[in-house]
Amino acid sequence: MKTILYIIQKEFKQIFRNKGMLPIIFILPLLQLVILSNAATFEVKNIKFGYIDKDHSPSSRALIEKFNASTYFNVLADYQSETVASSAMLNGEVNVILEIPTHFERDLQKEKSNHLGILINAIDGAAAGVQKVYALQIIQRFNQDVKMKLMQPADLQNQPASIKSIPLFWYNQTLNYKTYMVPGILVLLVTMITLFLSGMNIVREKEIGTLEQINVTPIKKSQFIIGKLFPFWVIGLGLLTVGLIIAKLIFNVPMVGSLLLMYLYTSIYILVILGIGLFISNYTETQQQAMFISWFFTVIFILMSGLFTPIESMPKWAQFMTEFNPIKYFVEVMRMVMLKGSGFMDIVPQLSKTLLYALVMNGLAVWSYKKTN
Amino acid sequence: MKRFIGFIKKEFYHIFRDKRSLFILFGMPIAQILLFGFAITNEINNVDIAVLDHSKDATTKEIITKIADSKYFSIKQVIISEAEIKSIFEKGRVKAVLNFEKEFSSKLIKNKQATVQIITDATDPNTANTISNYVNAILQQYQKQLNKDASFVYQIVPETRMVYNSELKSVYMFVPGVMTIILMLVSAMMTSISISREKELGTMEILLVSPLKPFQVIIGKVFPYIFLSIINAVIIVLLSIFIFNMPVQGSLFLLALESILFIISALALGILISTIAATQQSAMMISLMGLMLPVILLSGFIFPISSMPLPLQLISNIIPAKWFIIIIKGIMLKGVGIEYLWKETFILFGMTLLFIAISIKKYKIRLE
Repeated sequence: MKTILYIIQKEFKQIFRNKGMLPIIFILPLLQLVILSNAATFEVKNIKFGYIDKDHSPSSRALIEKFNASTYFNVLADYQSETVASSAMLNGEVNVILEIPTHFERDLQKEKSNHLGILINAIDGAAAGVQKVYALQIIQRFNQDVKMKLMQPADLQNQPASIKSIPLFWYNQTLNYKTYMVPGILVLLVTMITLFLSGMNIVREKEIGTLEQINVTPIKKSQFIIGKLFPFWVIGLGLLTVGLIIAKLIFNVPMVGSLLLMYLYTSIYILVILGIGLFISNYTETQQQAMFISWFFTVIFILMSGLFTPIESMPKWAQFMTEFNPIKYFVEVMRMVMLKGSGFMDIVPQLSKTLLYALVMNGLAVWSYKKTN
Repeated sequence: MKRFIGFIKKEFYHIFRDKRSLFILFGMPIAQILLFGFAITNEINNVDIAVLDHSKDATTKEIITKIADSKYFSIKQVIISEAEIKSIFEKGRVKAVLNFEKEFSSKLIKNKQATVQIITDATDPNTANTISNYVNAILQQYQKQLNKDASFVYQIVPETRMVYNSELKSVYMFVPGVMTIILMLVSAMMTSISISREKELGTMEILLVSPLKPFQVIIGKVFPYIFLSIINAVIIVLLSIFIFNMPVQGSLFLLALESILFIISALALGILISTIAATQQSAMMISLMGLMLPVILLSGFIFPISSMPLPLQLISNIIPAKWFIIIIKGIMLKGVGIEYLWKETFILFGMTLLFIAISIKKYKIRLE
C-alpha cells in the first residue's frame, strides 16, 4: 500500500512539474467546453435566401415580404435572372432561391394552377429538408391569407377535416441545444484527456527506457500500474466536477437527477478508458503509434456515440458495433440522469455493461502487460 | 543539395522501416472512411416510438398503421396510461409517444377536428424536432387523403428542387468532412510529433549544427509526410468515388492541387505546433486536444456554420478545414472551378504561408 502511495505521489509531482502540460490538461478542455458548446446546433436559421421576381406584382411582393418577416430566412438578394441566381448559389452566396413566375398574381386570382419554384442547395441533406419545411410553411400561410381574403361565406361550411397535432417537447421545451450538447461535449473532453494521458504515459517510459528500470525494482507490476493510472482517474473526475460547475453556472443546464449517481457512473467509466489506454500502451512501441491508435478510436467513438447523429439510423452491424463504444453509454447516462432524472434502476443496463467493460479491459491490459514485458 | 537529398532519403528509410506505424497510417483512414461512410447519417430511421391510443377506432388504427409502415418509425410499445410515459422516457426505451384523444374519429367527423399529441423526449432536441416534423408530414398526407373530394381553391403549389444532391444523401456531407479531418489530423499530428521527437531525444540539436540549413532540416523532415498524406488523399478519393458513388463534377486535377495545398497547410500547422511543444507528449496533446474538437465542430463538417452565434462564425474562419470543406464540396458536388473557389484557395494559401513564417521565426530564436 505504501509503495502505491509513493508512486502516486511521484506521478502527481511529475504531472504538476510539467508546466507546459498543465494548461493543456486543465484549461484547454474547459475553454473548449465553454466555446464549442455554442457551435453544436442543428437549428437551421439565418438561411441565405434570394429570389427572382418576374411578376413584380403586389402578390409577389407580399409573398417575399412573408419570407423577409420570418426569422428563419435572411433575404439577401433580388436576382435578375436564373443565370445570376444559380451562379450565386454555386458561389455559396445563397442557399435557397424562390422563383416567382410572370403572371403569378393573375394566375392566383384566376385560380389556375400556379407553379412557384423553390431551389434548395441540398449538399447538407438534413438542413435542406428543414429549409424546405420552413419555406412550405410560409407559402402555406400565404395561401391561407389569400384564401381568407377571397373566400365566400358559403365556403366556410365546407371546411375540410383536419387533424390537429400538438408537439410537446419533454425535458427541454424550448429545444435548447446546449442542454444536450454541454453534457455531451463534457463527456468527450473527459474521455479524450484520460485516454490520451494514460495511453501515452506508459509507452513513454518504454520509449525512453525507464520502464525496464522499474521492472527490475521490487515494485510489483500491479502496484506500478495502479500508481500510474490513479492520478489520471483523479484528473478525470476533477475535470468532470469543474465541467459540471461550468454547465450549471454558464449554461444553466438542468441537473434533475442525482449527482452522486453521476459520479458513481463516471468513476467506473474512467476505469474503462484507462484500461483502453493501458492496453494501447502495451501494444505500441512509440508514443507516435500510441497517439495514432488513440486518435483512431477516439474519432470512431465520438462519431458513433449517438451524440451528433442518431444511432437508430445506422445499419444494424454499425448499431452492434456501438455496443462496444463506451462514450455511447456515458452519453446515454448523462442524458438520462442529468436531464431526465432517471434513477439507479433505470441506468442498471448501462452501469452493468460499463462495469463489465471495465473489468474485461483492465483484465486484458494487465494480462497483456505481463506478456509483453 | 546532395546532402539534402541524402537527408530526405534517410527520413524516408526511417518511416518505411517502421512497418507498424505505416500500417496504422494507411489502415486507419481507410477503416474510418468506410465505417463512417456506411454508418453515419443524420437522417432519422427506425426510431422507436410508443402509442397511447385512448380512442382505438378505425381512424387512429389507420394512422398508426401508416406511421408503423413508414421507414422512419417502428412502434415499440403500446401503452395504456399517461403515467407510463414518464417511466418509458426515463428508461430511455422510446424517443416519442403519440397520444390520441378519446373519440378521435367521431370528433374528426363532427367537429372537423381531432387532436393528437406528439410527445417527444427532447433531451436530444434535433431528434425530437425531426420526429415531430415527420409525424406531422404523415398526418398531413393522411388528411389530404381524407379530403380528396373537397376542392382546394387559391392554392399555390410550390415545386421544390433540391440541387447538387437531389436524393438528400447524407454521405455527400460526411465523406468530405471525414476526408478533411483525416488529412488534417494525420498531417498535423505526424509532423508535430516527428519534430518534437527529435527535440525530446536531443537529436535535433545535432541536426541543427550539421551543415544543413535549419529550413532544409525541416523540409527534409516534412517531405516524406507530404508524400504519405498525398497517398492517403488518393486512397480516400478513390474510396469515395468507387464505394460511396461520390461524383467528381469538377476537375480532378484541381481537386488534387487543392488537396496538396491543404495537406501542406496542415503539415505547416504541425511544424508550428512542434515549435511550441517541448516534448512529444505535449505536441500530441496540443494537436489532439487542440485540433480534434474544433475541427469537427467548427468546420461545417456536422453543424451548419450559419446557425452558430456570430463570434463562433468569425472563429470558424481561422479553421483551415472550413475552407477545404467548401472547396471539396464545390469541386466534387457542385462542379465548379477555380473561378468560384479562388477566395477559399487564397485564404488556405495565406494561412500556410503564415504558419511557415511563424515557425521559421520561432526556430531562429531557438538557435541563438
